[in-house]
Amino acid sequence: MTGLFSEVFLSALLFGAVTAAIPLLLAGLGEQMSEKAGVLNIGIEGMMLAGAYLGFVGAFYSGSLWLGFLTGAAGGVAVAMIMALLCVRIGLNQIVIGIALTLGLEGLTALLHHFQFSRSYPRLPAADATIIPLLSDIPVIGPAFFKHHLIVYLAVALVFGMGYLYRRTQLGLNLQAAGDKPAALDVAGIDVIRTRTIAVLTTGALAGLGGAYLANVGAGLFIPFITNGAGFLGIVLAMLARGRPVWVLFGALLFGVCLSLTTAMQVAGINIPTDVIQMLPFLAVMIMLVLFGRRASLPAALGIPYERGAR
Amino acid sequence: MSIDTAPTASATALDATSGTATRRDILHRLLMTLGPILIALIIAGCILLAVGVDPLAYYGFVLEKGLFSPLGIQQTLTRMAPLLFLAAGLIVAFRAGMWNLGGDGQFLLGAVTAAASAPVLVQIMPSWLALTFSFLIAMAVAMIWSLIPALLRAYQGVNEIITTLMMTFLGTSLANVLVKLMFRDPSTTVPQTRTLPVEDRLPRLFETTITSGLLLGLAAIIIVHLVMTRTAFGLKLRIVGANPRAAVHAGLGVSGLTVTVFAISAGLAGLAGAVDIIGVQGNVRADWNPAYGLAVIPAVFLARMNGFAAIGFVFLLSVLSIGGESAARRLGVPNHFTLVLVSIVLIVLALAEYVDHRYNQSRKA
Repeated sequence: MTGLFSEVFLSALLFGAVTAAIPLLLAGLGEQMSEKAGVLNIGIEGMMLAGAYLGFVGAFYSGSLWLGFLTGAAGGVAVAMIMALLCVRIGLNQIVIGIALTLGLEGLTALLHHFQFSRSYPRLPAADATIIPLLSDIPVIGPAFFKHHLIVYLAVALVFGMGYLYRRTQLGLNLQAAGDKPAALDVAGIDVIRTRTIAVLTTGALAGLGGAYLANVGAGLFIPFITNGAGFLGIVLAMLARGRPVWVLFGALLFGVCLSLTTAMQVAGINIPTDVIQMLPFLAVMIMLVLFGRRASLPAALGIPYERGAR
Repeated sequence: MSIDTAPTASATALDATSGTATRRDILHRLLMTLGPILIALIIAGCILLAVGVDPLAYYGFVLEKGLFSPLGIQQTLTRMAPLLFLAAGLIVAFRAGMWNLGGDGQFLLGAVTAAASAPVLVQIMPSWLALTFSFLIAMAVAMIWSLIPALLRAYQGVNEIITTLMMTFLGTSLANVLVKLMFRDPSTTVPQTRTLPVEDRLPRLFETTITSGLLLGLAAIIIVHLVMTRTAFGLKLRIVGANPRAAVHAGLGVSGLTVTVFAISAGLAGLAGAVDIIGVQGNVRADWNPAYGLAVIPAVFLARMNGFAAIGFVFLLSVLSIGGESAARRLGVPNHFTLVLVSIVLIVLALAEYVDHRYNQSRKA
């Protein structure tokens, strides 16, 4: 086969899909935990941007990608702490604060980048891949799925870790209760505020990590507004997944393929505006919603701050 | 005009008409608004100091360019026109308990339809009729665009936050596709729509550069406010917002009202796009997305969905964005700082409201 559907092209397409999917996966998993615990985290876009910028700065000055991931996650947690303080502890409106945080971090990261790097966009060296023996020798699939940075495999493993957490552990049940019936959790002697705070901070760490991956591995550089709605996509993925981490993975891959297709089409010189292809994943999801929408369900107390004895 | 003075921090939909506004209440609200803004300016000033910019010089410049210079205030008032329409649309939706977060998609599609129709229509009919038609088409397109989330919410119970967010991504891309493929002006190399001649745009007010769209926007938001607070229809919507299940028991057709709310909200967002194009921009360039919607949402919340308070917040937002744009050109502080400033203002205002609410509660107890 030649042209569009050659082996090389196909594996490059899938490789790109995985790279594009990882930030969405991490954001989606994070958002899922917040939503399970009853916090609609619209600030996740801001957390990703904080992660992307600090992750890039960390990796750029230390020369270590891992340190970059660490600073990125820390950046996400820092923003999440504001969110936890304002929305969980004090109980301010989650949508207002979430949007305000997103706007603020969009501005702040762009501003800091301007004063730090002016108009230059320094690049990081390409991330070295962890090549999985044997599996990576399979044609097409091997180079597409088994030649990624180690953190990609860790992120996928996290999907199953999350599944275990929600189904088999006390913390998982607590999180669920904090979103479905916080008063019951409180009566059971477990601190709702603390449970929700754990969820929001974890979201921050995962979103920050996702942002750092996006900047350091996906793009290799930081540009203002680099996340371009990835956090909002994470929210959509989490809502569609109905509490199941595996569905976040599938959803992220679907969006990843579409994003990767956009780049691939441009490289292949096909004359369709990228906007058309960018619409595909959303169209797919809207059709899914129209067909299966009735079965979508959300935690009962989503978006409602918990105040002991309020009702 | 009564100003919403109910001291509840949670924005319940039914408190709009409560309380007669005494002078002290108004003074209190003014203080509770200006105080936090001052605090926010100080916090943001610390950020400016950290990056090596003199905050006083910066703020002075923003105020001068956004508020006190004749040209600046005219630009600020012009900027308000689309924001007011957006705010009006959000007030309807939020008061009815529906999270229409798809304002930007509806805005852009309205803008593109207006940009596509107006230059064609002005050639075959009198200008005022052409513009009216453009407004109506833009409104209709935005309404149709909101139909999917509306129907899904009304008849399937699908959460509208997710659907409107998806539709806004779709709408942004679709607007670009329309500009690049269907409505592209063949006489230019840059992808953009045909430009509406300046003399055919909305007239400017008196001898200024302020667009008369400002008056339309003010009319829209005041009408929305009065409809929501003074009419039976508005009361119905607020009941749906306060407690949809109770609304069903009260015999209200909640499904139908839901679709109506989405149509009004999206229609106003579409008009916002149209007023920006027909009044100010004249055409839509590819990839143009001012993302006004996202900034207006928190402002509407902070105004507690009160139309008159929203006018004030929209004015503030406009001053900051116009002043910030000038400062970006002249002082080398990127425009992004405006986002930081707006964000800090919103957070401090929300906090102040909480503190005020707590103080009132403890005084009552």
